[in-house]
Amino acid sequence: MSQAAVAEHEFGVEPAESPLTPESWGKLGMWVFLAADAMSFGGLLAGYGALRYGDPTWPIPKNILGIQLTAFMTFLLICSSVTMVEALAAIRKGDQAGLRKFLVLTVLGGMMFLGFQAFEWTKLITREGQSIARDNFGATFFILTGFHGCHVFGGVTYLSAVLGRAARGVGGAIVVALVAILATLGVIVVTASTVSGLAAVAGALVGAGVVFAVVSALAGGTPVYSAHSNNEVEIAALYWHFVDLIWILVFTFVYLI
Amino acid sequence: MTVHTPEQLAHEQRRYLQVFFWLAILTALEIGIIYTPLTRFAIGSMLVLLAATKATLVALFYMHLAVEKRTLAYIALTPAVLCVFLLFMLMPDLGAFTRALVHATPVAAAHE
Repeated sequence: MSQAAVAEHEFGVEPAESPLTPESWGKLGMWVFLAADAMSFGGLLAGYGALRYGDPTWPIPKNILGIQLTAFMTFLLICSSVTMVEALAAIRKGDQAGLRKFLVLTVLGGMMFLGFQAFEWTKLITREGQSIARDNFGATFFILTGFHGCHVFGGVTYLSAVLGRAARGVGGAIVVALVAILATLGVIVVTASTVSGLAAVAGALVGAGVVFAVVSALAGGTPVYSAHSNNEVEIAALYWHFVDLIWILVFTFVYLI
Repeated sequence: MTVHTPEQLAHEQRRYLQVFFWLAILTALEIGIIYTPLTRFAIGSMLVLLAATKATLVALFYMHLAVEKRTLAYIALTPAVLCVFLLFMLMPDLGAFTRALVHATPVAAAHE
């Protein structure tokens, strides 16, 4: 019996240390959540494959969807994964300003991705006549990319909350998360109404700028994260990389094959 | 609590950039492959292989599975195994469905 199990058996208390992730139980919890979430995506992708394989008239995606734009969106998410690992590396060195800078850049990448997705969807719906109800191609496309987009939105909010917490504890987390939600919705609405990729870029820059300004205004208290205490940043990073990993698969199966 | 030395952090940051470089190269390769005059099966197979490689790179190095305990990697792999299992479970139905579509009498021909 492991030490943790002995402790639980003898004292009836939860062991303080997870045997799988000694850093924190939260990290193990995130991994279990990601495994469950991966099964949701797996089910959707398997359903997509089944419908596509069974339909000889299924269109070739690259003839309908903009491959260049989504390739850029893929590159954007990969870049945001790099800024996320840099944020974690920064706080592991005790660099508070570096953590904030790289987290804002990651949030910027997420906002820009959502802006481009709004641009792509609006173009497909208004100019190409695609819709979720038109055929199986449209249904699977909008459900899969929409479900992933919801994850990106959740990721932007989550990272903003971590950013706010780094600046001013729980209150800061709530304020910055709310600002990020409003800014992201603004990016989506502006891009969808103008149907312009430039609006997505400009909107995301303004949105991330507002988030950065709020964080800078809130910063100044006792730092929540440090070189020795940064589990929450690592757990948030796991979620963000998962969103990137899923997009790599969605991009290949829905857009390229 | 894991505390990283400056040397470890510098090494990790170099690794992150190397992985980023490979992810960018593999993405460019994916785009290039779809315009090659190969069969759709060959293109599809190569794209699946490239996507799996990219996903593995992200999981191993950005999500740090390479340095985590092996049991955690099993937890992460479980959904992938279950999805492959799901696909195999769907195969018989898919085969029957496709055969039915291919051999079905066209509606216009049936009315003539």
